[in-house]
Amino acid sequence: MDGLLTLLIDGLNYASWLFIVSLGLTLVFGVLKILNIAHGSFYALGAYAAASFVGWAAGMQWSPWMSLAAMLLAAVAVAAVVAPITERGLLRFFYGRDEVLLVLVTYALFLVMEDVTKLIWGANPYFVTEPYGLFGNVDFGVLSYVGYDFALWGLAVAAGLAAWWALNRTRQGKIVLAVIHSPEVASSMGVRVSRVYTIAFGAGVFLAALAGAFTAPMISVQPGLSVSVVVLSFAVVIIGGLGSIEGAAIGALLVGLARSAAVHLAPAAELFVIYAVMAGVLVFRPEGLFQRIQARKI
Amino acid sequence: MQFQRSASRGTFRSALCAVAASTALLFAGGEVHAQETFKIGIVAFLSGQAAESFGIPAVNGAKVLVDAFNRSAAPAPYGQKGFGGLKIEAVYVDEAGGATKQVQELRALYDREKVDAVVGYIGSGDCLAVAPVAEELKRFLILHDCGTPRIFEDGKFSYVFRTASHATMDNVALARYLKAHNAKARSINLINQDYAWGHDAKADFAAAMGQFYPDATVGQDLLPKFGAGQYGTEISVLLSKPADVTHTSLWGGDLQALMLQAGPRGLFKRTQLVISAGDHVLPVLGQRMPDGVILGARGAYGQMAPKSALNDWWNDIYAKAYNGQQPLHSPYRMAQALLGLKLAVEKAMVANGGKKPTPEQLAAALRGSEWDSPGGRIRMALADGHQAIQDTAIARTRYDAAAKKVVLEDIMRFPAECVNPPAGTTAEAWIKAGFPGAKNCP
Repeated sequence: MDGLLTLLIDGLNYASWLFIVSLGLTLVFGVLKILNIAHGSFYALGAYAAASFVGWAAGMQWSPWMSLAAMLLAAVAVAAVVAPITERGLLRFFYGRDEVLLVLVTYALFLVMEDVTKLIWGANPYFVTEPYGLFGNVDFGVLSYVGYDFALWGLAVAAGLAAWWALNRTRQGKIVLAVIHSPEVASSMGVRVSRVYTIAFGAGVFLAALAGAFTAPMISVQPGLSVSVVVLSFAVVIIGGLGSIEGAAIGALLVGLARSAAVHLAPAAELFVIYAVMAGVLVFRPEGLFQRIQARKI
Repeated sequence: MQFQRSASRGTFRSALCAVAASTALLFAGGEVHAQETFKIGIVAFLSGQAAESFGIPAVNGAKVLVDAFNRSAAPAPYGQKGFGGLKIEAVYVDEAGGATKQVQELRALYDREKVDAVVGYIGSGDCLAVAPVAEELKRFLILHDCGTPRIFEDGKFSYVFRTASHATMDNVALARYLKAHNAKARSINLINQDYAWGHDAKADFAAAMGQFYPDATVGQDLLPKFGAGQYGTEISVLLSKPADVTHTSLWGGDLQALMLQAGPRGLFKRTQLVISAGDHVLPVLGQRMPDGVILGARGAYGQMAPKSALNDWWNDIYAKAYNGQQPLHSPYRMAQALLGLKLAVEKAMVANGGKKPTPEQLAAALRGSEWDSPGGRIRMALADGHQAIQDTAIARTRYDAAAKKVVLEDIMRFPAECVNPPAGTTAEAWIKAGFPGAKNCP
């Protein structure tokens, strides 16, 4: 029983982190139809910005709890600066072109951002460990967990619910859904589609940076952060269905629990199991678990 | 008119001679120019996850050393300007991007950049890929850092050398250290990255521990992917079934993340952590590195380096160039490669009448040679003189609050012959046979 509980907790820990990372990716695809390879770069930028902001907050002798606000602020700052430059300054010139071209553009952006982060922050690692100890430890039998991990559960649920509520229960959200359904019709009804794109892309960048910022206390922030994240989050959104928030949640849960089970029971299969889950889902649901089958427009 | 004609002829002849002389001078000048420099391609990770820990420090080490050579500022026997009077010109290439890209980059270094030698490669996969290409092109290559023993165990090369011990040394030394300190090791857990380096390291360590602790059992054998960053589940597994000893060969950001995540959960209070290559994370982790961790540095490097004038000089020039930083494993390994290359070039030039040597002459000079490095004596003793062996050291960590740094204490040195397999046998067979021929072990 203890073993099962441990497996579940570990799975949920991993899933909550994965969900926050993947949410922005699926949102951007849902609205802009962009498979954003640079998503991992925005995650890394969030981590670096959090390192700077938390360091700055510590230098101001603020309460350690304010480091959480500093991390949130870091994610907002990244989205406010990077999203308009990227979307208005680069991506919009490729709208309507082949989706593969957009993948290549975001891949190029990913490579550029890797060097940009190095130019700004250098190659040395940054540590933001103070927030990691804020929530103390939680003991389960012989195991001790860091409370921060459970705080991430809360953040994941809050981010998911906020995104769902904003899309489905607000006027702006309905406009976004209209653009998702048909940008042409939405435009003819007076919707400024380009503005919706900018806002949606900004939200995606914010979520990526938020994930990076709140992951920073657990890791060493240094070059190369972005690579593995983007691969994993692609697996999650493909399992769930590209563009689906519910799908990203279920995909993250499936991957998190499968990985946890593998590490506990068959460690050699850890890497394999994530992609086995993805392949298994795609065999039966090629469009992912939650993506609605769309009529082909003629 | 006659005079003029003959004058004209004379002028024409003179002009022809002048052109011929100028052309000859131009060619001679070209030859002199070609003689003036020795061009080295230096390959290390300048981006990606290995950049911070290994690639950039290696390049930093190369830059400071090349500069010292070119200024004739190195101590004897490395005091000649450049390489035997030839000015050294270095070209730096990023190792990131995978083995296929590295093969292309290596060809470009030889064919387009016209380098005389390539020194580099940290990743074992990259070493395995580029070594046969250099051999096929008949061009000179020094592998300075990668760990896999398979390069010279599975292949035979004329133009390829590795000027540092392979990874077997690191893990055999760890096992010997535990035995020498009578450490409790009835059970062992392993956590290593799921690629060649991690697989080789855990196999060597488990096999070596099997020799010293025949009753020891391996419990958890975890293989997180390279760059995983999140180790919560692995830590739960290690905590739920703790072993006397937990071995890891994680490095760089992965090792730092493991330490950051496992420390607060109390893992290091329940097990003796041993790290095969851990010195490079000490300056950045500082007090986040727990006391009592047993670790190696892939050689007698940094705080574990033997006292010598050469080591003092090396630490001094590195610290002056990089804000007081101490060189660690990666720049040490770059230094021993460049020092060996310098002596080989100069020896080959003497044999070649003072002219720049060919790759064959260079290979002949380095094959089976020996030289002093800041980390101790390097001997090209294995693989027909193409694979180095060197002394190493293992130590225990303690955070010194006054000095605000992790100090290494209880340092134990292992002579090269004690922790490296002798010529003619593979690392795996040597360990399984109980280290036959191991000499001078402490």
